[in-house]
Amino acid sequence: MNRSFRLRRLPLYAAAAVTVTLCLFPVYWMMSTAFKPTRDIQTDTPQLLPTTWTFDHFRTAVQADGFALFWRNSILVTVSAVLLALLVALGAAFAVARLRWRGRRQFILMIFIAQMAPWESLIIPMYIISRDTGMLDRLPILTLIYFMITLPFTVVVLRGFLATIPPELEESARVDGCTHLGAFRRVVFPLLAPGLMATSMFGFITAWNEFAYANFLIIKDQDSRTLPVWLSSFQNTFGTDWGATMAASTLFALPALAIFLLLQRHVTSGFASGAVKG
Amino acid sequence: MTAVQERTADTGRTPGRDRRTWRSGRSGGRRRPNPWPYVLIAPAVLGTAYLLVYPLLRALIISMQDFKLEQLISGDAEFVGLRNYQELLTDSRFWDVVGRTFVFMAINVVLIMAISSLVALMTERLGRIWRALVLSALVLAWAMPVLAATTVFQWLFHSEFGVVNWALTGLGLESFDRYPWLANGTAAFAILVLLVVWQSVPFAAITLYSALTTVPGDLYEAARLDGAGAWRIVRYITLPMVRPIFMLVTSLEVIWTFKAFVQIWVMTQGGPDDATTILPVYAVQRALSSQQYDLGAAASMITVLLISGVLVFYFRQMFRQEAEL
Repeated sequence: MNRSFRLRRLPLYAAAAVTVTLCLFPVYWMMSTAFKPTRDIQTDTPQLLPTTWTFDHFRTAVQADGFALFWRNSILVTVSAVLLALLVALGAAFAVARLRWRGRRQFILMIFIAQMAPWESLIIPMYIISRDTGMLDRLPILTLIYFMITLPFTVVVLRGFLATIPPELEESARVDGCTHLGAFRRVVFPLLAPGLMATSMFGFITAWNEFAYANFLIIKDQDSRTLPVWLSSFQNTFGTDWGATMAASTLFALPALAIFLLLQRHVTSGFASGAVKG
Repeated sequence: MTAVQERTADTGRTPGRDRRTWRSGRSGGRRRPNPWPYVLIAPAVLGTAYLLVYPLLRALIISMQDFKLEQLISGDAEFVGLRNYQELLTDSRFWDVVGRTFVFMAINVVLIMAISSLVALMTERLGRIWRALVLSALVLAWAMPVLAATTVFQWLFHSEFGVVNWALTGLGLESFDRYPWLANGTAAFAILVLLVVWQSVPFAAITLYSALTTVPGDLYEAARLDGAGAWRIVRYITLPMVRPIFMLVTSLEVIWTFKAFVQIWVMTQGGPDDATTILPVYAVQRALSSQQYDLGAAASMITVLLISGVLVFYFRQMFRQEAEL
């Protein structure tokens, strides 16, 4: 590469650097604030690089009232919703990808439409339905809603993964004496494992982040709250302690960040290239 | 994410193989309808019926009843036809909200699509290391949970110790010294736009980027041999090739504008002075803060109607593209 070529590319790399900075700065600022001592946070001249490190804020966040409980609630609701969605979606995806039946197209269309459901506009009827059925302030209603939010997506993606596994494999297993179920369990399931993994992680993130329903359906019983709602009310919990607030945000964001980085290959190539190649 | 997932579903599935499965599934030769598919989809259908269709119908019914706190407790509400809609449509505050919703949507979608197109074009031209760096940064920003991002933005724009005010003051803009962003309507609106754009660009940019990578290289080469300049190449090759995905992502972003409900509710609850109240926020305010469930449900139904319009466009785009493939 000669020099003039490099010089010509300079604006491009400058733009790339700006993009990376803008994307990362809020994440970086959250984490660095969480590690700074309070006197470095409440100052007129913020330090871009923390000079002194401390774990105090994390201690405050973890020891805050109910933190362990809300963490447990979040995990409980999220994991059960994802498992339920996985189980139900596996059956539906198998029926769609491998069997032919009347109403199949209509079912696929229903799933596509359900995937775009305007959940922000269903808060009011959900509130009234849960109130009428005595589900208000209880975690199972959140589990059910999160199950429904993640279900369509899970069906669609699992169907895609199933379609890449040749049916011949199953057929030969059946020729060798396996039952339908046995062929599925011994042959298809192991091949499907990465798909199940990726889908459940995306489902996990969706349910983990959900705020609106957790906020409006859990009102009186504070012990049934989940982490997003807790985080949104940090000002009541921590007052103006931004160090602790940022530590709590970091703890909340960490699982999602970790999962996305693990799945980065899927996110940037697998999922997205499927988007255009069809 | 949705466009991506839907498309993924069809990867590697060829009609030929489908037909073969069908035949082999019936190799026994009996024509008796197989109950298994229906057993397998039953839980999904029942779940959708109870958790999606029923709430939607319930909202429709409530929007045509006189349903306030009193009826919530007593349980019997009177049918009033379209009176609630009439009340909303003659309320000037409601029209302000509708107008604001469209302004919010337009600004967001234009910014998101413009920025992510530029980022996608840029990423395609980068070397291997820088490209990986940009993609990782995008993924990390994308992964940031809504609640965490909203909280961080509140801290970034904090009036006293916020780093943004510090930077702006340092740049010589003295008026930003201790500027209370969330107390001013326009400023709060701007912060929310910024937050939504920051959170939405990664998905759009990554999807557009992967669309760009599918444009065959020889097309560019041929154009270059024919003497086309950089601008003409973008105009006559890149744009037409990427257009379908671009339209899909645009309609998704339009629909997803309404998801900004969460950011708005957490940051401003629609305030100050209604400056950040968009339709879903208005509906929830009406229903759960003022206990006018009927009017809130009516506003929700109008929102659903608006979204459905865009959704029809989105599905037409999607299926047209599917037919092409």
